[in-house]
Amino acid sequence: MWAFIHKLGSPKWFYGISARLMPWFWIAAAALLLVGSVWGLLFTPADYQQGNSFRIIYVHVPAAFLAQSIFVSMAIAGLVFMVWKIKVADMAAAVMAPLGAAMTFIALFSGGVWGIPTWGTWWMWDARLTSMLILLFLYIGVIALRGAFASRDSGSRAASVLAMVGVINIPIIKYSVDWWYTLHQPASFTITGRVSMPMEMWAPLLLMVLGFYSFFIALTLMRTRSEILRRESGKRWVQALAEETP
Amino acid sequence: MSSSNTLDQPLSIIEPHGGLGVALIATLRRDLTLMLRRRSEVMNPLAFFALVITLFPLGLSPDPELLATVAPGLLWVAALLATLLSLDSLFRADFEDGSLEQLLLAPQPLAAMVLAKVVVHWLLTGLPLALMAPVLGLMLGLPAGSHLILMLALALGSASLSLVGAIGAALTVGLARGGVLLSLLVLPLYIPVLIFGAGAVQAALLGSGVAAHLAILGALLALAVMLAPWAIAAALRISVNG
Amino acid sequence: MAFDSFQDFLAMGGHAPYVWAAWALTAVLLVGSVLHARAERRQLLRELKRRARRERRAARETDVEEGA
Repeated sequence: MWAFIHKLGSPKWFYGISARLMPWFWIAAAALLLVGSVWGLLFTPADYQQGNSFRIIYVHVPAAFLAQSIFVSMAIAGLVFMVWKIKVADMAAAVMAPLGAAMTFIALFSGGVWGIPTWGTWWMWDARLTSMLILLFLYIGVIALRGAFASRDSGSRAASVLAMVGVINIPIIKYSVDWWYTLHQPASFTITGRVSMPMEMWAPLLLMVLGFYSFFIALTLMRTRSEILRRESGKRWVQALAEETP
Repeated sequence: MSSSNTLDQPLSIIEPHGGLGVALIATLRRDLTLMLRRRSEVMNPLAFFALVITLFPLGLSPDPELLATVAPGLLWVAALLATLLSLDSLFRADFEDGSLEQLLLAPQPLAAMVLAKVVVHWLLTGLPLALMAPVLGLMLGLPAGSHLILMLALALGSASLSLVGAIGAALTVGLARGGVLLSLLVLPLYIPVLIFGAGAVQAALLGSGVAAHLAILGALLALAVMLAPWAIAAALRISVNG
Repeated sequence: MAFDSFQDFLAMGGHAPYVWAAWALTAVLLVGSVLHARAERRQLLRELKRRARRERRAARETDVEEGA
């Protein structure tokens, strides 16, 4: 177990194993996203209440899932970095943050755009949208804090602490925003609140969610590899590697 | 080495007597004395609080009914910003004169010592804000029955604000221009306290149960007391050693 | 197939601006992040190679000096 963790922590080993894993995730992401998009856009029947505007769900929900999962992954990577001093974990956390912020933005934008046909307005202080907005601020905070330190190691550790503090707060924030929303707004028509969804509607959604997750893993592996090259550029194996590649 | 063995007593540094309790009380007394000497730093958040509350009727309308409906939210947001304003100086002076480094080297657990510092911050920021709030509430036309609840909620909530804010202050104390970053880090984490704090006052206005809100504020505080000191201690180590 | 014609598909039953805006932003951000990651990797490799070449030349020059 410990040997495995330390092996995983070696950038060189990670660089090798990720090269073998990455193509599979790229293929899975491309296939799932393609099939899910075509299915969701072309073949799923229109919703009886929302018409064709419900097709936004196929980008909104996966992005919202991923936005939250990436923050949790970032905090776990931060914990691994702080406890076992595994540098690769911090590199992964560093490259995850911008993607997480992008996913949060997609969820917010698609939610707002979806609001026009359903609510008649761009923005509603809906519980889900509000907690997404707060999540975006948390992402911006983590990215800004990492960049604010002159030494990379301090920035990494500070960002790890903030990510862990944030991940403890996310459920509290979500709960309090839900509570606040039910208090101030009578339960109105929520965008994704329907419980039962017919099979032909959620099957493409499942494909899209899996596709987004594969995309996240593939992109994180790829950018972590780049980060390894950047931070380990003085190491002999990196220089040898640079000379080999055409 | 051989010469020191011949001495009756081994060479040692004599530690002052007393354990954690003594160190905690010493820190409390030292910080209180220091803060009371810099009176302007204690007064500034209070003046800011009063000033912001004065701005709202000027910006909105002098209509007492309208003001009374928005008063809980206004008072809470203004108090939150006033606490935020005071956070930057929480560790700044100690960081600059090196006493923070001494605190890190002390044998007592850092989390406990940091908690003493946060208690001082709350005593001189959160508590005065809570005591002052009813006066401003009167000016906003808040009915008299809700003043006690406002004070209680602010006193409870501002303790959580001090604890959570101290994490942000500890993370940014080593940075030259940490002020704006500090508010970016801390404000999202303040949202639950804001919701339940303002909710308590709102409930008092409507005459519905207040106990649930205060209980949740208390639960948030308990959680913050348990977890925040460790995060503050870790953050201070990063800022001082990094 | 939920649509009768391609025109129908583009119109999205009158909801075209909303559906296509959301999907377009998603596509742009996903494709953009892939392109960015590729460009980043290429640039890093190029820099590493330039550095290796420089160091090899420096090593050769010291060899020559020592030989002379």
